[in-house]
Amino acid sequence: MPTHPVDIDMNEQEKYLQELLTKQAQGQLKPKDRYAIKPQDMPAQDAVKRRHAMSEVALGYTETQARLEAMRCLQCANAPCVEGCPVRIRIRDFIGEITKGQYDRALEIIKENSLLPAVCGRVCPQEVQCQERCTVGKKFKDVNMSVSIGRLERYAADLAHGGGQTPAVAPPTGKKVAVIGSGPGGIVVAADTRRAGHEVTLFEAFHKPGGVMVYGIPEFRLPKAIVQEEIDVLKKMGVKIVCNFIVGRTRTIEQLMKEDGFEAVYVGVGAGLPKFMGIEGEHLVGVYSANEYLTRANLMKAYEFGKGADTPIAVSKKVAVLGGGNVAMDAARMAVRLGAEKVYLVYRRSETEMPARIEEVRHAKEEGVIFCTLQNPKRILGNDAGQVVGMECLRYELGEPDESGRRRPVAIGGSEFVMNVDTVIVAIGNGANPLIQQTTPGLEFNQWGNIVVDENCRTSMKGVYAGGDIVLGTATVILAMGQGRIAAQAINTDLAK
Amino acid sequence: MAYRIVNKSQLSENVFRIDVEAPLVAQARKAGQFVIVSPEAEAGERIPLTIAGADQEKGTIRLIFQRVGKTTAQMAEIPEGGALGYVAGPLGRPTHIEKFGTVVCVGGGIGVAPLLPIAEAMKDAGNTVVSILGARTKDLLILEEQFTSLSDESIIVTDDGSYGRKALVTEPLQEVCARSPKPDLAVAIGPAIMMKFCCEVTRRYGVPTQVSLNTIMVDGTGMCGGCRVEVGGQTRFVCVDGPEFDGHQVNFDLMMRRMDAYKDLEKRALQQYKDHQCKIGLDRK
Repeated sequence: MPTHPVDIDMNEQEKYLQELLTKQAQGQLKPKDRYAIKPQDMPAQDAVKRRHAMSEVALGYTETQARLEAMRCLQCANAPCVEGCPVRIRIRDFIGEITKGQYDRALEIIKENSLLPAVCGRVCPQEVQCQERCTVGKKFKDVNMSVSIGRLERYAADLAHGGGQTPAVAPPTGKKVAVIGSGPGGIVVAADTRRAGHEVTLFEAFHKPGGVMVYGIPEFRLPKAIVQEEIDVLKKMGVKIVCNFIVGRTRTIEQLMKEDGFEAVYVGVGAGLPKFMGIEGEHLVGVYSANEYLTRANLMKAYEFGKGADTPIAVSKKVAVLGGGNVAMDAARMAVRLGAEKVYLVYRRSETEMPARIEEVRHAKEEGVIFCTLQNPKRILGNDAGQVVGMECLRYELGEPDESGRRRPVAIGGSEFVMNVDTVIVAIGNGANPLIQQTTPGLEFNQWGNIVVDENCRTSMKGVYAGGDIVLGTATVILAMGQGRIAAQAINTDLAK
Repeated sequence: MAYRIVNKSQLSENVFRIDVEAPLVAQARKAGQFVIVSPEAEAGERIPLTIAGADQEKGTIRLIFQRVGKTTAQMAEIPEGGALGYVAGPLGRPTHIEKFGTVVCVGGGIGVAPLLPIAEAMKDAGNTVVSILGARTKDLLILEEQFTSLSDESIIVTDDGSYGRKALVTEPLQEVCARSPKPDLAVAIGPAIMMKFCCEVTRRYGVPTQVSLNTIMVDGTGMCGGCRVEVGGQTRFVCVDGPEFDGHQVNFDLMMRRMDAYKDLEKRALQQYKDHQCKIGLDRK
């Protein structure tokens, strides 16, 4: 990735921007000039210092940087970027407003389609969505050269600090909507159905709302204050938030509908049981699912154990994280911050195939995470006390592409070696959460335990809608949000009948 | 105030019984289910506790817990009228209750508490209930009266012989299993080591045995996987697949190690808490 120092003379940057703006005003700014603008790097916390800091790593663009980056956008007539966005944000238009310095207007445009821009600007996998389609990136044949749409989205959102005004709510319809799960999908459904005037209750199983944005994604990547702001907006809109409520167990969906008067229920319960490798040694002390490790660290604040927080977490010296996605990066970087001396990221394919965001991979490397690609554990080794003392691995090479289009990793016979670790964090995905299935007869599930829905997120039960991980298996924040939006529309339509 | 403790009593030196306001849980709970509780709304630790009973009219659930670590020590300090941080549940699959015939219920230590609603439900379903209650010493024995009145036969043992028979629960269990006809089902709840040995006894006599596991959990709703155990060679999750399993299939050795995962950290936390309490005491003087 091309870089240039962030501490470059700001006056010079400012002068450069003014020149470009003048040229633009005169109608003389050519694509050539736009291509010549260097991609603006994201200012970040010092890589060494942040190894011990929980606060956010990426600091956000300055105004000059944001406008320079926005000037790189060609304002393509066909706006291919929009096609790459799961919720079809009018990207070209909001970037146009940033070049003009109309930041409020930019945010308004984003908010037409996305309710959580401060979140999505930070955690969306832009390089495989909008930025993958960007003409600028195509011109340079490098997705890293695309306009940094996500960073611009974040810039516009952060300026408004929580989005400014609370959305207007229509007069009461007298109809009740239950939203199960307060993650990104649930938040969107709650907001959109509340806007339509329905009485909305948002149920959360944990003691704090926010779902994966609170228990899963670490503070250093997504500050919890941002999530709290979104929750506060819901409260101001009149959404009732009920924590410590496990739908299926505390009340079943049937009870909510037949006894409690809810006419529509949205199921957005999120991630389910973590997957393990199915290898020897996974029950040893020191083996975690990433879900558990991150929940302890994030939601339960185990990094403050003994200093106000009561949830313990392993005190590790050498940690292996298995997987190559964003969750694996989060776990590895969390282990660094919890004081591990060595953190190995073990992935059976090569770095090219890693599903994690490029920025997370880069940040992890900068923080000292050691990437062990084309390796995979065969078994985890323990001592007499049942604690992890090592991991036997095999080396891999890439073979023919598999059904996912990625080259299939093939084990190299006889390549076994032992990695000395005391903690193993498994980050290879989740199965479906079984609670709703166990307690909701009549609701249709597929063979993997995911809820079957139509294109409008309607399930097989009248009045019940679903979206996010429980439908898609593994969704991202933006996909969950997108489904939430669709489901909310279906709910509003159905309740208006 | 939510989650208010409306009734509190101390059953033995370190065992407390509280009735907590949680009307929806009281309404929904069935024998064998548990709740996740925390003494604090924000920074507290989440721990699973099996529900020992409920009063639907009052909207309360009964919890019996032992003071072992910082979290339970803190819970023990909350006075009647005070409140827990939160209670979430009921969780886990309810006990499968039907008329089996003769059911032998074995409870050890604090495990006697979660056993009570199961024994009651088994009795209500028309079973003959034989209960075996064990404790280290007389003062630690809890709920004796409740068990004696509901059971067709009850046997009390203590490790030191200070009350009832001087024996471990496995001894009378073996005798009951050796009877003809043998019991149709055993339910054993207590320390992991006790459940392990109970299962070894019943296995010999071919008596199917249910155990209720109380592993470490965080969310308790099937997300974190911290509670996983090996049952019949498969990884199972206590929070959503359990808490009750076929005891003959459970790998107790692995489970016991995992339950000790944070022993040192827990000790440290408890010590810190105690030191802190002492300082508060000094301030007051």
